[in-house]
Amino acid sequence: MGGKEKKEITPRRRFFTDMAHHIGLGAMGVLLLGGYATKAKSSPLTLRPPAALPEDDFLKTCIKCGLCAQACANRPQNRDVNGKQLPGTIKMAKAGDKATIGTPFFTPRDVPCYMCDDIPCVPACPTEALDITKVTNPKTGELDIRQMKMGVAVVDVHSCIAYWGLQCDACYRACPLLDEAIKLKYDRNSRTGKHAFLKPEVNTDICTGCGLCEKACVTEKPAIYVLPTEVALGKVGEHYVKGWDTKDQQRIKKRNLKDITTHDERSKKKPLDYLNNGLGL
Amino acid sequence: MKLSNLKYLFLRRFVQIGLLFLYFAGNFWGWKILQGDISTSMLFEKVPLSDPFALLQIFAAGATVGVNILIGALIIVLFYGIIGGRAFCSWVCPVNLVTDLAAWLRRKLMIDKIERKLWISRNIRYYMIVVVLVTSAITGLAAFEVLSPITILNRNIVFGLGSGLGLIGAIFIFDLFVVKNGWCGHICPLGGVYSVIGKYSLFRVKHTSENCTLCMKCREVCPESQVLHMIGKKSITVNDIECTNCGRCIDVCDDDALSFSITKIIKDNKESK
Repeated sequence: MGGKEKKEITPRRRFFTDMAHHIGLGAMGVLLLGGYATKAKSSPLTLRPPAALPEDDFLKTCIKCGLCAQACANRPQNRDVNGKQLPGTIKMAKAGDKATIGTPFFTPRDVPCYMCDDIPCVPACPTEALDITKVTNPKTGELDIRQMKMGVAVVDVHSCIAYWGLQCDACYRACPLLDEAIKLKYDRNSRTGKHAFLKPEVNTDICTGCGLCEKACVTEKPAIYVLPTEVALGKVGEHYVKGWDTKDQQRIKKRNLKDITTHDERSKKKPLDYLNNGLGL
Repeated sequence: MKLSNLKYLFLRRFVQIGLLFLYFAGNFWGWKILQGDISTSMLFEKVPLSDPFALLQIFAAGATVGVNILIGALIIVLFYGIIGGRAFCSWVCPVNLVTDLAAWLRRKLMIDKIERKLWISRNIRYYMIVVVLVTSAITGLAAFEVLSPITILNRNIVFGLGSGLGLIGAIFIFDLFVVKNGWCGHICPLGGVYSVIGKYSLFRVKHTSENCTLCMKCREVCPESQVLHMIGKKSITVNDIECTNCGRCIDVCDDDALSFSITKIIKDNKESK
């Protein structure tokens, strides 16, 4: 049994240990900061100012300067009858807000977007995280508020009193695209047998997500509210074609078959199993 | 204490608080002098000014930006690169108000003399730059900007108070009880960035060792005291990049041994090498 010799620390050993030390500390930093940053990013229900890039690109590009929020709050028309300045629509997220810290967002129930004709917030953006081309009419080259897409309004039909049969068209009247983004659908009220339902329905293609309806809604917690488009809307898939719609028929000719997938996890099983064994994937 | 001992301190606080006031006024009253916040501002609605480190992070995250930001960052890099050195840290950054308060309290309460020494490297800030850029590339989010106490404090002042100030409190306590000048002098990557940017800047503190009585008041107040290694030894300018040009050493010196200089810099640099 030989006694342990005291190992000499060679320059090579020192070099590799130092390297490992630095890389290790660096990796620790990246892991800590990365964990925090990933968490800070994940707030999918954030409503952004008009013309914002898709959320992922927006988060990359926004430098958090607040010039959009300042342009919004300080626009000349943002004053009450006495000339007193009102709070702006766009807020800069603080640590407690449901948006990535420092980024601009808005809460329609507090202050909705009033869809100013000159859209002051968008040209104010220095990084083009608010992309002015998204709200510019390609034909005329002018700003077009109808091209805004901040989100889309959704109706909770169970808490909307118009769906109960009470007469309320607060959201319908508040909508800046009156009778386009929200339409009233007339139905017969079979409970009373002599009244009509005037049910608000949102045209998701036209709705800009400004939230004036959410602000106007009379229920305690709004029965119509704005969600980010990608959260609120579903997607049918390219392979469904409306046989009764000539425009949709045209689409078949244009589509690229490579881009279409009709298979997913569920279609691996036989259709009968799919039906008989429930949705278990 | 003589009033002349506070000259640059007063001037610095005036600039620091004045800028914060202009930002605040830009948001609350729509003044057009300085709009935006410390990460990007518009001067008189025309001249963009941008944080070059924030821009680097945006690039690392994989985004392209408008030309205004590029011009803004270039202006800032040129200004500090040619003139200011690391002056951003002591003349502009709002966190400096907090950490200077902590450092002042440390001296008054004599914590420096009492506490057990905890040593951390002053080079952490340079590692932090790399860590932040790598993290930005991995997560696709400007990683320092989501927890930077600088922009959080700045936004809290410009856009109204809110949560997030806990971090500022943490830095205050860290600087007060854990490491002297812990945040600004060791960890903050933005300080590291401005150190590098200001490497060849013309504005420097100059030491005249013939006048020096070795009272060491300057090294006591200096947040980066290692940069004053020449005190009482050599008559040269402070060329270490970590010097923030805060001028506190000049303020406290009663012997006229320290002053700001821009003239002899090139000659002095050659001599010192």
